[in-house]
Amino acid sequence: MSLKLSSSSSVKRKGEILFLYAFSVLVALVLSALIVEAVGANWSDVSNALLDGSFRKPGRWGRTLGSAVPLAMVAVGTIISTKVGLINIGQEGQMLVGAAFAAYMGAHTPGPGPLVIFIVIISGFVGGAFWSGLAGALRYWRNVPEVLTTLLLVTVAANFVGYGLKNTWLLLDPDAAVGNRTQVSQQLDPDSRLPRIDIFGNNFSISVIISLLLIALTFWLLSQTIVGFRLDVVGQNQKVGRRFGISEVRQGFAAMCASGGFAGLAGALMLASGDFAKFRLVPGFTVNLGWTGLLVALVAREKVLAVIPVALIFAGLRTGSSFLAATGVERRVTDVVQGLLVLALLVPPAVLFIRDRRRKLAQVESRT
Amino acid sequence: MGFLEAIWDVMSTESAYTAATRFAAVLVFAAVGEWVAERSGTLNISVEAMILAGAFAGAMGYDWTENVMVGILLGMGAGLIVSFVQAQMSHRLTADQFVVGLTLNILFLGVTSFLYAQWKPSSRVASKLEIPLLSDIPLIGKALFGQAWPFLLLYLLIPFAWWLVYRTRWGLEVRAVGENPQAADVSGIDVNKRRRESIYFAGICSGMGGAYLLLGQVGRFDDGIVAGRGFIALVAVIFGGWTLRGTIFGCLLFGSVLSFRLTLPGLGYELNTELMSSLPFLVTIVAMAAFAHKVRPPGSLARPFVRGLK
Repeated sequence: MSLKLSSSSSVKRKGEILFLYAFSVLVALVLSALIVEAVGANWSDVSNALLDGSFRKPGRWGRTLGSAVPLAMVAVGTIISTKVGLINIGQEGQMLVGAAFAAYMGAHTPGPGPLVIFIVIISGFVGGAFWSGLAGALRYWRNVPEVLTTLLLVTVAANFVGYGLKNTWLLLDPDAAVGNRTQVSQQLDPDSRLPRIDIFGNNFSISVIISLLLIALTFWLLSQTIVGFRLDVVGQNQKVGRRFGISEVRQGFAAMCASGGFAGLAGALMLASGDFAKFRLVPGFTVNLGWTGLLVALVAREKVLAVIPVALIFAGLRTGSSFLAATGVERRVTDVVQGLLVLALLVPPAVLFIRDRRRKLAQVESRT
Repeated sequence: MGFLEAIWDVMSTESAYTAATRFAAVLVFAAVGEWVAERSGTLNISVEAMILAGAFAGAMGYDWTENVMVGILLGMGAGLIVSFVQAQMSHRLTADQFVVGLTLNILFLGVTSFLYAQWKPSSRVASKLEIPLLSDIPLIGKALFGQAWPFLLLYLLIPFAWWLVYRTRWGLEVRAVGENPQAADVSGIDVNKRRRESIYFAGICSGMGGAYLLLGQVGRFDDGIVAGRGFIALVAVIFGGWTLRGTIFGCLLFGSVLSFRLTLPGLGYELNTELMSSLPFLVTIVAMAAFAHKVRPPGSLARPFVRGLK
């Protein structure tokens, strides 16, 4: 049957896919425009402000890059856990725990700057991996669904880090603790921060380069090596995996840890690059980047390289939103645009799935 | 010693009960709906968005008409809208239900905070209604029969949900769909239709809960008003082992824990607010780990149904 699938039908199929995606994005944009018009603002003003704020105005795309880094790291981690068929939706918490580990180590590690940077970033990974590892352990040890535990641990993480930021023996900066009741961690030493690069007035930290390298590495590991193959086998069919001697538990647990680790790494990079909160940990440090990074992964659909453009678009919406004040539209409108876009992008694959099934069923019926 | 005394102090204070049921009520509204959805096989995490939408619509309704009833009706409508998107995306288009739910949570956080900043609806807590005689019962009278009047809707909703699920054909089909969708399909039940309908029910209940949260408890809208209550309601269903009784017990338990943050300092006890806030989540995780083998979830919970695919 598959032999009859001629090239013309595959062209037709590609056209269909393209049309579906274009159409659903269009619907999302029209809906966003309607919401903006409904509150009496002008959509073209809003979209211009977003474009200005995200890359057209001088110095803006550097900032967009800075926001794209944590998004991309979270998304890459999410793809790893999706690969083995686990659903990790607690990146927001894993990120925060990673940032907390990083902040603690940054404040308490003596030694030369570069070494401290290295330790800060690694401990971010460890922190995130620990937090998602809890969910992974419960999944394989007690059969507790990881969807729920990862989600529940987000709030727990926020509360625990909040507790840490109230106590000097954990995270609270001793200098800040004396006078007022602000909750901030100790600032990273100037020589243990990630160096920044300046191109045409666009200033960004080398976390951009680190994350690009990590994306390339993950892409290679997942698509070209036995590591990725094992994850794939477990995700596709555990019976086959067992025949090959691939342990579902070991692969799944490792993927879960890696997934949270990347989220924690995102938190550590945020801390060390200083784009957010000036090299300090504060309550609500992750500013929903964990959730947004999860959305990036959903849109990129298990394709590691697709993470880069999607993360850039979502980061652009974020940085662009700071230019919205002039148009009189609340900046939260970008959350709406973003949510609608993601929702719209969920539709085409689902529609295609149903259509393919119908066609196959029709084929089967015509044969009998 | 000090600990037992503290427990006794709380147990013998009327306001502690009142605060506990006030906190629990929102959870019960949402959890009853969520329970039906989970019995049909959907782990509906957009319940957070449904409560938020309900709360915002409640604020808008009150702002326009100064009428609490209108607020609650609009809240139910808003919850229904969210559930419509969730149901159509996950049980007609077969998109992943967690993905859809999560996206809806983020989308509606954006929509409500955006619209709130634009329209700034003003609202206040509905008037209290004390049922004579019943509200005079010592300790728990005020807690159960002396709350803001939308609280009383619970006394209609809970028996209704019980009747719906255990005493109607629809309820039987919903339970069948959640346990064994293949068998239900073969016997002529439209599996995904029943699932969609039970998500609508969850949306209406959660929207009502959102409106209650706004008009019966908090009084003013802000975008952090729900603060994870949807997730706690979802967790209460699991904690209650997918029975109505257990679900309500879970809500009461978590509601009291949440309310202790407010009542204990009033009684002169210092406590760790962070630990108290995370307690419902920690308790649930521990409970799930401890009882995961004893309590049986609906057979096809969180598994999508596509005919011919197992």
